[in-house]
Amino acid sequence: MLRSVTIGQHIPGDSLIHRLDPRTKILSSIVLIVLLFVVKGFIGYGLVALGIALVVRASNIPLRFVLRGVRPLMVILVFTLTLHLFMTDGRIIFQIWFLKVTWEGLIRGLMMGTRLLLLIIGTSMLTLTTSPMQLTDGIETLLRPGKKIGIPAHELAMMMTIALRFIPTLLEETEKIMKAQMARGADFQSGGITQRAKSLIPLLVPLFVNAFRRADDLAIAMEARGYRGGEGRTKLRELKFQRSDMMALGFVLAFALVVGAFF
Amino acid sequence: MSIRLENVFFSYLEGTPTNQAALRNVSLEIEDGEFVGLIGPTGSGKSTLIQHFNGLLKPDSGKVFVDGVDLTLKDTQLRLIRQKVGMVFQYPEHQLFGETVLEDVGFGPRNGGLSEEEIVKRVREALAYVGLDYEVLKDQSPFELSGGQKRRVAIAGVLAMRPSVLVLDEPTAGLDPAGREEILAEIKQLHDEGGITVVLVTHSMEDVARFADRLIVMEQGTIALDGTPLEVFGQAGRLKDMGLGVPEITELMYELKAHGLDVDTEILTVAEAEAEIIRVMGWGCQK
Repeated sequence: MLRSVTIGQHIPGDSLIHRLDPRTKILSSIVLIVLLFVVKGFIGYGLVALGIALVVRASNIPLRFVLRGVRPLMVILVFTLTLHLFMTDGRIIFQIWFLKVTWEGLIRGLMMGTRLLLLIIGTSMLTLTTSPMQLTDGIETLLRPGKKIGIPAHELAMMMTIALRFIPTLLEETEKIMKAQMARGADFQSGGITQRAKSLIPLLVPLFVNAFRRADDLAIAMEARGYRGGEGRTKLRELKFQRSDMMALGFVLAFALVVGAFF
Repeated sequence: MSIRLENVFFSYLEGTPTNQAALRNVSLEIEDGEFVGLIGPTGSGKSTLIQHFNGLLKPDSGKVFVDGVDLTLKDTQLRLIRQKVGMVFQYPEHQLFGETVLEDVGFGPRNGGLSEEEIVKRVREALAYVGLDYEVLKDQSPFELSGGQKRRVAIAGVLAMRPSVLVLDEPTAGLDPAGREEILAEIKQLHDEGGITVVLVTHSMEDVARFADRLIVMEQGTIALDGTPLEVFGQAGRLKDMGLGVPEITELMYELKAHGLDVDTEILTVAEAEAEIIRVMGWGCQK
């Protein structure tokens, strides 16, 4: 039942976008986010959308995977649109009792909606084309300069890697415990809210106990293999900026500057 | 209390071709009072199979009957079935959750809606079955017990529902030899004196040779062999091809025979082997 849950939405591939250094993609995503908040008009959004469309095309990822990421956020999108539609003062289009729909509201709502939509699609291109390992690697390298001010870059990245690694394990464990308790007559589906919350105790307690036990084991196993934190640790695959990364970053920055400044 | 499977197919990922399914056309019947050993290489479908016995998994196609009740029907009360078919999973101590042993062992009966008095009675009885003292343990946290004790408390948690069939998935995994012997002896006693039908999943040929009166061998989601231990271990070659074996003492008899000693290879215990070797060597008269 829990097997159907897929973790991360990375879709392996060998496109231009897939091959870019994760740092390039992370930085570009940050630029995109900033850009989306700087842009003021529909022409600007149109240009950004065009840019994202080009990236999607270059990544060779089928459109349905890209749109699948939007679906869970549909509610937020609709909510944003409605809120702006009704809550903005201005020239009234029509009015039902105290609810008034204004031109300004319509424009603001549409702009906000577009902004969110582009944000989701744009950033999902990062997770779609970058494996979780690459992503953490990229974050670690980017955070490295922050060490001087006390940001534990390596530790953060290691925590992320381990967390990702253990999601499937925990899901499997959950399923196992659920079955064992169901075999003893536990019922996770029926009853009111308090009843259901109570029925989770026989699931959550062993799950936590086992997670802590596993964490202890993992810590010991890592130490036994000589792990002492990030100090002096080398990598099998060093991240390297290629010419294509420079070009991509340059292009993204130039694009952002032009669109940000004029639209 | 019989369990009957008819042409059961099951696969974990829907839409996988049937030749990769976890269970492929499995039909079998387990009669009241049997002690069945279920063996097979890793990934052969043993755990998948036993989860069909109490409706934790439902077949993609085929039928499962427990005591004549069809588990594949939508309106079957699985809760009642699960009280009758008790299931002890691998490392059952990993499912302990109660603040006290009483609470944990009493979880099953409590879900069955019994009175507190009856629950205490059941817990006392179940703990006694696995050789633990209710008075000593009832208020202790199950997490403070030793590994072997935890395992027993977990098994008692299933026994407290007074199942008429007990399915155990590798109940002795990870225990020391003394702990293994004790748990196996308790299971044997439950079967012999309590009249409980037992299905024991294990990798130990010795254990099933000693206790089971019927062996079912799974291979790649199908039943490869089904018969008495003697019949099954008579197929030593077939078992080895599957990556299984025969009990060591049986193996020894096969070796002796291969080296020209005319012994009977239908031997499952050391005592039988001793008697057979004495017979063949003609030492009997010297005693």
